[in-house]
Amino acid sequence: MSFKDKTAIVGIGETDYVKGSGRSEVDMMLEASRKAIADAGMKPSDIDGIIPPPGYTYSEELAANLGVEDLRYAATINMGGASPNAAIQHAAIAIASGVCNSVLITLGWNGYTAMRPKPGQPPGRSAGIAVLNNAIQGFYLPFGVSAPVQMYSWLAMRHKQMYNTPDEATGHIAVACRKHAHLNDKAFMRGREMTMDDYLASRWVSEPMRLFDCCLETDGAAAVVITRADIAKDTAHKPVYIMGAAEGHPYPADDIATRPDPFRIGLSFATPKALEVADIKIHDVDFLQIYDCFTYVVMLQMEAMGLCERGEAYDFVKDGNIELGGRYPLNTHGGLLSQAHVWGLNHTTEAVRQLRGTAGESQVKDAELGLVTGWGDLGDGSIVILRN
Amino acid sequence: MSIIDPIELPVPYSVDEINREFWKLCSTHILHFQQCQGCGHWRHLPRYMCSKCGSPDWHWAPSSGKGVIFSWTVVHQPMHPAFGGKTPYASVIVEMEEGVRIVSQIPELLIEDLKLDLPVEVYFEQRTDDVTLPFFKVIE
Repeated sequence: MSFKDKTAIVGIGETDYVKGSGRSEVDMMLEASRKAIADAGMKPSDIDGIIPPPGYTYSEELAANLGVEDLRYAATINMGGASPNAAIQHAAIAIASGVCNSVLITLGWNGYTAMRPKPGQPPGRSAGIAVLNNAIQGFYLPFGVSAPVQMYSWLAMRHKQMYNTPDEATGHIAVACRKHAHLNDKAFMRGREMTMDDYLASRWVSEPMRLFDCCLETDGAAAVVITRADIAKDTAHKPVYIMGAAEGHPYPADDIATRPDPFRIGLSFATPKALEVADIKIHDVDFLQIYDCFTYVVMLQMEAMGLCERGEAYDFVKDGNIELGGRYPLNTHGGLLSQAHVWGLNHTTEAVRQLRGTAGESQVKDAELGLVTGWGDLGDGSIVILRN
Repeated sequence: MSIIDPIELPVPYSVDEINREFWKLCSTHILHFQQCQGCGHWRHLPRYMCSKCGSPDWHWAPSSGKGVIFSWTVVHQPMHPAFGGKTPYASVIVEMEEGVRIVSQIPELLIEDLKLDLPVEVYFEQRTDDVTLPFFKVIE
């Protein structure tokens, strides 16, 4: 049974994206959820499915606050940063198969504040990412590697050495996201210019990654509401239909160092499946919302999805191809790099605005087909193809 | 442990007994990996069964200790306080002759001399009274 076009995203909601929220993660997720439900023209009791993030809260708590008395579908996706985007496929499957009618997906965290606890501050809630404990605490940390930027740099360094990828390739990704942020009044880096020279001059964090290869650290929350296609027709905005989606996991997924082909990432497995469900070709899409925790991760995803051949990302990203006005505008809201980091759920809200035609200055002309990806843990991937 | 280095370097956290055995064997100063008794396949990280043939039977087999550099990163901003005074340092992935890969460091190798496929061999250093870790050096 295919779920193609049987469900649609009908509501989106976001808090302000800040450094220093002073609020709990749940409080922020409930604000984003209320906004998403209202944006759909629905009420909380219309929701009968909830997919919370893997941490910070749980479906029952969200339901109890929102007043969802009949919760028929409560699942949690454990794919790190890829979880919210992967949740869209789970929602589409659950709804298309008749398990429930309308699913709320939300993510909120204090991605800035929780990393900088004040003395005496009680510990907050955490994300439980069990899959990472064995490899990282057991085998990487004793040798000085414990953070995503370091582990992903193993992939990036091998790629750079094998394909002589110029630093300007990832530079173009960083600069494009920054340019797009200038058009978005919710973007944290709006108005802060960054040229290619600025990018190249930024300090090393973990070679080959520089400071400007790294995304922002954000406090905030986002939410989306997905419903059945026939219900979607009566909601407040133009429905954005879920044409196709898939998740994929590299092998082995729980250890980044030992994969036979280190560039065969989750999206390498997921993309053909999602394209088959949607019945499109990758080059049909009008814009790209690619999970950009790091620029190199964007590059690996572009190659894994077949937007370009392996080792040829530079040719794909140069000459304004990924900027507004180019053929494949990337992260038209500024992305995790220059708007905010809420596990990529802001990529989904932006894709919905693009396909509603309400993206303002960032609007991609005549946008009909959008691509959203997620990346999480040690290279898990999710892909969603949306249309209006 | 030096008194001017109050933050102790991290030691491996083992989620279960197989991992503890891997590290314990490092105190013999011979690197050991799991080898399948069904098909002879070598594996690392430690696992309960062979992903190639499905056999749950395995033993710890001595490695040649030799391999090549598969990848690395040069850390400039420490993410763990114990490495604060040690930057920049390289954390490397070594591909062993047996086909498995292991994360380690090559402390004596200059950062500018790191390159793919450079031959290296293991040596051991005691990190605490109980913990001995494998490091690598370039094969001259």
